[in-house]
Amino acid sequence: MFRNQYDTDVTTWSPTGRLFQVEYAMEAVKQGSAAIGLRSRSHVVLACVNKAQSELSSHQRKIFKVDDHIGVAIAGLTADGRVLSRYMRSESINHSFTYESPLPVGRLVVHLADKAQVCTQRSWKRPYGVGLLVGGLDESGAHLYYNCPSGNYFEYQAFAIGSRSQAAKTYLERRFESFQESSREDLIKDAIMAIRETLQGETLKSSLCTVSVLGVDEPFHFLDQESIQKVIDTFEKVPEEEEDAGEGEAEPEAATGAAGTGEQGGSGDQDVAPMEI
Amino acid sequence: MTTFTVPIDNGDSVKIAEEESQRTLYPYVTGTSIVAIKYKDGVLMASDMGGSYGSTLRYKNIERVKAIGKHSLLGASGEISDFQEILRYLDELTLNDNMWDDGNSLGPKEIHNYLTRVMYNRRNKFNPLWNTLVLGGVKNGKSYLGMVSMIGVSFEDDHVATGFGNHLARPILRDEWHADLSFEDGVKLLEKCMRVLLYRDRSAINKLQIAKITEEGVTVSQPYSLKTFWEFSSFHNPTAGAEGSW
Repeated sequence: MFRNQYDTDVTTWSPTGRLFQVEYAMEAVKQGSAAIGLRSRSHVVLACVNKAQSELSSHQRKIFKVDDHIGVAIAGLTADGRVLSRYMRSESINHSFTYESPLPVGRLVVHLADKAQVCTQRSWKRPYGVGLLVGGLDESGAHLYYNCPSGNYFEYQAFAIGSRSQAAKTYLERRFESFQESSREDLIKDAIMAIRETLQGETLKSSLCTVSVLGVDEPFHFLDQESIQKVIDTFEKVPEEEEDAGEGEAEPEAATGAAGTGEQGGSGDQDVAPMEI
Repeated sequence: MTTFTVPIDNGDSVKIAEEESQRTLYPYVTGTSIVAIKYKDGVLMASDMGGSYGSTLRYKNIERVKAIGKHSLLGASGEISDFQEILRYLDELTLNDNMWDDGNSLGPKEIHNYLTRVMYNRRNKFNPLWNTLVLGGVKNGKSYLGMVSMIGVSFEDDHVATGFGNHLARPILRDEWHADLSFEDGVKLLEKCMRVLLYRDRSAINKLQIAKITEEGVTVSQPYSLKTFWEFSSFHNPTAGAEGSW
């Protein structure tokens, strides 16, 4: 994607019917570190890669609890993500207060998408630069949605966003048909394995990822490091026997805080902007 | 109290109009008790069809129990016009809920809580909706029965009654209600309460409806009347023990 004369304003159409500012906003999502979501009939797992600004700092929080029955994982401009999480929490709690009943996740997602759409049609605003994986429950069971800066939203069985998410998506595409009937434990294991795909060579350790679960009888919560490490240990014991060739027995030093380049080629920015994690 | 002030050229202001804000001070057309119980398949609710204008039994065809959405029944005693206003609010609420068309729907618990919020907020503004509402329903196999008063007091129970029903029907329900009543037994119990109310409540009329809600939906019976008996021996010569007194 290259600069052109139609990309200055979000309210300017290009002759081919595109809004470039909105598309650039979606590029920002690809620059963030990976976030993954999967769901079964009764559970949703959200997982992400822990990335820190530098070795000295702690990692950015990318997964937020919206309510006992809704969680969100973000990729892109985390500041935008935080603001939208606050909005989601607010909507959820207002609904709970008035109706004493949890807000169905499908309705929350539509409110969120409508909010994002407004920013694509006002000349004094800019689109939110964050993609949200919203996992939650409603009357018909567990759901996973992806909300885009464009104001679109889609429902998924499993999805990955952020940098090197294509590797995770390939892994998920091979396995997604079994997810609907998966047990909670299998779902968690698949999420961690998908995270491993995005690391491409780095050894998977529990300190590198954050995993959260919610389910029909299980309020949203994060898994602790021990539980994550236990799951990792079940499949990292024999690295030679893994199906993916090219996964090294070699153990390169885990590069903490390494900034990845956007796999889609980016818009020329090779370094990750400081505000995007 | 809203006052309007208009500045005049010489800098002084004059109060042009002063209106007492329109708020409910006392009810005009009122409905009397509602009695409702949970039974085996859902909830039964009984009310008479009278609307009193003070001490006059003016209107005799008022339906005080209405279906709300797919899962709930609302009964009201108190000011009839306020009940109609509440039905309008709920109409809008259920319309918007249906427009989502997403497999989620408002159940009796949600409607009960919504009404509690409305009633309490009105009470805080000193402009109450002069009703006591009974909300019953069934969703996903679970029965629900609750009440909200005009000051926002709200609770759930296995059997509820409003107005005079509090004093006359609840003692009967406390003694004779039990879980898993059959439909026939439930109706008999409600009729027993309604008969007592008919004898003793001056604003009750002998034309009642019983509404039923189960997982399948709502049915409101046709209006009918109860058999009464006025030939008790003490009615024959009421002043027997105290001649000359009222």
